[in-house]
Amino acid sequence: MRSDRSTSAPLPLKIAAGAGLLFLHVPILIIFLYAFTTEEKSYQFPPPGLTLQWFAVTWNRPDVWAALTLSVKVASIATVIALVLGTLTAAAVSQTRFFGREAVSLLVILPIALPGIITGIALRSAFSILDIPFSTWTIVLGHATFCIVVVYNNAVARFRRISGSLVEASMDLGADGFQTFRYVILPNIGTALLAGGMLAFALSFDEVIVTTFTGGQQSTLPIWMLEELIRPRQRPVTNVVAMVVVLVTFLPILAAYYLTRDGDQVAGSGK
Amino acid sequence: MTSATLPASITRRDRGLTGRLSDTLWRHPQLFVAILLIPPLLWLGIIYVGSLFALLAQSFFSIDDFSGLVTYELTLSTYGQLWSDANFDIIVRTVLMAALVTLASAVVAFPIAYYAARYARGRMKAFFYLAVMLPLWSSYLVKVYAWKLILAKEGILTWFVGKLHLTWLLDAWLALPIIGGSSLSVSYTGTFLVFLYVWMPFMILPIQASLERVPGNLIEASADLGATPGQTFRSVIFPLALPGIVAGSIFTFSLTLGDYIIPQIVGSSRLFIGQAVYAQQGTAGNIPLAAAFSVVPIVIMALYLTAAKRMGAFNAL
Repeated sequence: MRSDRSTSAPLPLKIAAGAGLLFLHVPILIIFLYAFTTEEKSYQFPPPGLTLQWFAVTWNRPDVWAALTLSVKVASIATVIALVLGTLTAAAVSQTRFFGREAVSLLVILPIALPGIITGIALRSAFSILDIPFSTWTIVLGHATFCIVVVYNNAVARFRRISGSLVEASMDLGADGFQTFRYVILPNIGTALLAGGMLAFALSFDEVIVTTFTGGQQSTLPIWMLEELIRPRQRPVTNVVAMVVVLVTFLPILAAYYLTRDGDQVAGSGK
Repeated sequence: MTSATLPASITRRDRGLTGRLSDTLWRHPQLFVAILLIPPLLWLGIIYVGSLFALLAQSFFSIDDFSGLVTYELTLSTYGQLWSDANFDIIVRTVLMAALVTLASAVVAFPIAYYAARYARGRMKAFFYLAVMLPLWSSYLVKVYAWKLILAKEGILTWFVGKLHLTWLLDAWLALPIIGGSSLSVSYTGTFLVFLYVWMPFMILPIQASLERVPGNLIEASADLGATPGQTFRSVIFPLALPGIVAGSIFTFSLTLGDYIIPQIVGSSRLFIGQAVYAQQGTAGNIPLAAAFSVVPIVIMALYLTAAKRMGAFNAL
């Protein structure tokens, strides 16, 4: 029997943990402040005044809209490809044991374990060897490759929790493999796939390193931001875009968290 | 018992095409796995591994100094160029930075992970989880941009230091050789801070996971046997948390090693490996040297992962 744990943390630990969290969050809050600044030329702090005019200016910028559209398009296609390939791999790796299983999971993780610049330059040199011109599809090709792992991780964790007896019961009751998939497996892995898909979308939406190699002259939203960072043209517009990007990426992360949080209550997990 | 009392679905023979297909797959699990794996393996094998090998193969070619064209003869001379002073400096600088960022990340991340693992309960625990996940997943470029705002000469940090009447300290720091510079946003100190900020969240979750596996009664036993909290930390908690720290360090080290955007935006003009690869393949058009340069982080990470595996870091992931 364990004695009651002392409930309160020592003060130095509280301070260190709090300071660490502040370090993580203050820079993001600053982005929100700067979206309203009246200062155009420099990063002056504190802002001399606050205004909403830059939101209207940003709204009327066709280049921002074009970049946003391309980003959403690429992220959507890459997410769909990653969902299919990631789920297939997860199903194979978790449901059965086969020769080379470790190698398959290593292969899936590799695109994200190696620095992005290597993935990027490898794809670019392959495109130039094969004379493939840059297009939306070359960007999608790169993004889907490293998004597979996100879906795979979510799906594999959920597959492991589905009891094998559930599948056997379904078969015993006369369902064939496809019916079992449709009525037993899919409802159980659905939220994990949705969460994986959202994270994959967020990952692709934000990706910049691989895209600089596979995009050619096209600009996704992160590429647009990168150009503004290297050669600032209109800082207030960049500030507003930065704030919008933060808000847009927060939503899928929060949704993914709430979707996987209750994963312990998956049917058959209490075997 | 006659067959008439059995459910129809068991005795029924004509189950249609899908039924027969499903039966075949159930009876031949190897075939089933093969069908599942063919699409992802084709994708990753052809697109990813294929490109990777195409790149690595090019590191064994060299570039003709006069024509600037690639000579397609196998040679190790491109790898030889990595050992020239300028290139070797780039490698040492990058590895040193990655090591410093990793150490600092462990120091900053540990208290957060420790509090979340041992003291946070219920809603507080969810809060801590989200407080780590949101910065981890929020846009990389926006985070870098935020630090440009903070570190700029007219930016927040200068203002804050001024309010604290510590401007002399900042100036003294910037006057230091190597780590200083004309302002924080063009110094190694700035690069280091941004790297630390961007990659540190990857350290928190593995440490937290390993700390959560330390049984509470182990710590009480240590205290009962007369250890001070400091001794308990050094000889009980820290060794058990080490695999988690090593697991986290895989991320911080690898991500710092390959990054070329942060040092380009916040930092001095001296190159890191990623920037060297980018410059060689872009403006210089020297694909063989770029390929050889990109082998360096692969080799370093392979060594690092082997060492990490020995320390049991993969069980903490």
